[in-house]
Amino acid sequence: MVATLEAPSETKTEKTMRKVAIYGKGGIGKSTTTQNTVAALAEMGKKVMVVGCDPKADSTRLLLGGLAQRSVLDTLREEGEDVELEDIRSGGFCDSLCVESGGPEPGVGCAGRGIITSINMLEQLGAYEEDQELDYVFYDVLGDVVCGGFAMPIREGKAEEIYIVCSGEMMAMYAANNICKGILKFAETGVVRLGGLICNSRNCDREAEMIEEFAKRLGTQMIHFVPRDNDVQRAEINRKTVIDWNPECPQANEYRTLAKNIDANTLKVIPKPLKIDELEQLLMDYGLFK
Amino acid sequence: MLDGTTAEIRERQHLRVNPAKTCQPIGAMYAALGVNKCMPHSHGSQGCCAYHRSQLTRHYKEPVVATTSSFTEGASVFGGLANLKTALDNIFTIYNPDIVSVHTTCLSEVIGDDIPMIIKKATEDGIVPEGKLVIHANTPSFVGSHVTGFANQCKAFVTYLAESSGETKNVVNIFPGWVEPADMRELKRLAAGVGVEFILAPDTSDVLDTALDGEYRMYPDGGTSIPQLKAMGDSFLTVSLGPLSSKPAAEALEKKCKVPFKDLEIPYGVAATDAFIDALRLAGDTAVPKELEKERGRLVDMISDMSQYLHKKKVAIFGDPDHLTSMVSFLVEMGMEPAIVISGTPGKKWEQNIRNICAPVNPDVEVRAFSDIHFLHQWIKNNPVDLVMGNTYGKYVAREENLPFIRFGFPIMDRVGHRAFPTVGYMGGMRIVEKITDAMFDKRDREDPDHEVELVL
Repeated sequence: MVATLEAPSETKTEKTMRKVAIYGKGGIGKSTTTQNTVAALAEMGKKVMVVGCDPKADSTRLLLGGLAQRSVLDTLREEGEDVELEDIRSGGFCDSLCVESGGPEPGVGCAGRGIITSINMLEQLGAYEEDQELDYVFYDVLGDVVCGGFAMPIREGKAEEIYIVCSGEMMAMYAANNICKGILKFAETGVVRLGGLICNSRNCDREAEMIEEFAKRLGTQMIHFVPRDNDVQRAEINRKTVIDWNPECPQANEYRTLAKNIDANTLKVIPKPLKIDELEQLLMDYGLFK
Repeated sequence: MLDGTTAEIRERQHLRVNPAKTCQPIGAMYAALGVNKCMPHSHGSQGCCAYHRSQLTRHYKEPVVATTSSFTEGASVFGGLANLKTALDNIFTIYNPDIVSVHTTCLSEVIGDDIPMIIKKATEDGIVPEGKLVIHANTPSFVGSHVTGFANQCKAFVTYLAESSGETKNVVNIFPGWVEPADMRELKRLAAGVGVEFILAPDTSDVLDTALDGEYRMYPDGGTSIPQLKAMGDSFLTVSLGPLSSKPAAEALEKKCKVPFKDLEIPYGVAATDAFIDALRLAGDTAVPKELEKERGRLVDMISDMSQYLHKKKVAIFGDPDHLTSMVSFLVEMGMEPAIVISGTPGKKWEQNIRNICAPVNPDVEVRAFSDIHFLHQWIKNNPVDLVMGNTYGKYVAREENLPFIRFGFPIMDRVGHRAFPTVGYMGGMRIVEKITDAMFDKRDREDPDHEVELVL
């Protein structure tokens, strides 16, 4: 019998926090989708924390109503290591909690290291402790998993389910496939799993069918098809999520459905990334390559 | 202490045990100390600088001054611009050097700090006082070794400072390679003896072997001066000693100021010293003085006197590539048999060169670059040798195998002679012969049975 320093598991409260990371090609709408989904979950009464993992620190703008909040790394730089949780975390729409990692300006320093520093600091400060009574933490991560730092949210069991935002465009699917390779690498040794693809529609031909097929080949599901609607842009201009801006509009219901699907999701898999030939064939079969 | 080392050798790809190399910045720091009123600056975390300084102090038994950018978690993420600017401000205000030579560390290399841009910004912001200089060398330790760092720093002095005024002067540049302060002193004595005007860069004599007179000087008298570094561009020839440690600087000077160079080995032993003297004699169109000829003769005489004891004695030797090339040549000159030659610095070409040097006496010599002392130890368990040569870390192997041991290379942390007495030149050669025979005879005197102990050797 090996002695452990950890407290026995039965003392854990029944409430378990789901740890979700959102990945996807740059510009695909990760931050918009994340915040709208979080707004819907919060509206359902869930307690959610969003951790923006992008040096631009623009992952929580819609939840906070445009209030620029000081990033973890800016705070660390200005105040030293003696930081309190309140200094770096703000309350947003429907009591959601918002944190921005932040990072260096383009072209200097190490943004990847910044993510590592910032997530470690959140852990040290107890942002994920049970007394915070969180139902969800969402990591909104910049672009591809380009280095170890950007893989931080899926390392060491930090995020346990990944949703990839994609569309029927070739490069978005290519990026999604690449991200699956990253997940596969960490899934083999850890707890991270793929929860599904979120199709953020670009109005491509037979888009929903193609992403459904793509998801099936990856071994996962298309968790929701979010249609393209200019209400999203209108809400963004008003620095709001769609639910906050106009709770009655049809697009708000789309995000509510997405949130419900994620909340009810039990299909969490180790993805099987496609070979490039296979991916191109898929695009051809669905009529993009004419 | 190494009694657990087994004779069974297993090929290792990704593991070094008791490595025969250290960090690039140690070399850069040593080279920078060879410039008058120069402050070496380590752009990274404090631990790098502390280790490099202490390692140099352990070897030279002198205080080693260097500054650091003191990276924190924040600097690692946001880049080291703010830290380096503050550091430069402090350094010029408090320590007032004439030149600061910034070298990078693994951390600042990996995050990709752009040092020339930071130096430019610091200059624009008025942090660098009028007439003072800041230069830099990239020294990532995950490439090459401390020798690479030394070479990169020497090259940086050339690329930043050497100028050609258009008028060629009757001066020879000498790049000494990574040798001891006593060696630098000896090279200057030899060059002066041949009668050529020269600039030696870097020059750590009178910096890391200063006289104790009760007064501390942060910047000792020694070191190549900045005007000398600038004037190197007007010399008519460069003599570069050591292909790894000096040649990059010589090539840079040829490219920048059209100064041709002669690529020589570090002058250990007869032939390499001959080549050095000869290059200077031909360049200066002078004659070799009688005194030097006699010195050479005394070395040859000593080798010949001792040859009955040196002949075919097997040597295991490890260290840095340039040192080894010359020392292995010298061992061959003495009639000894290099059995295994190990360097921690990567270099395939160097391996072949050593095999060529050893071919007349031992075509089966075991040569490995990018290897370690553990391998050397295991190998000599299978192939007994008569002598071990290398830096201080080799003493554990010599002790375990009960072999005579000659300290040679960097670092030597448990003896004092290396920085006081030269290894280069004919005098240096005599010192090596003395040390080798002392070590071998001492062992015999200690261990031979009574009836075999010789009074006269």
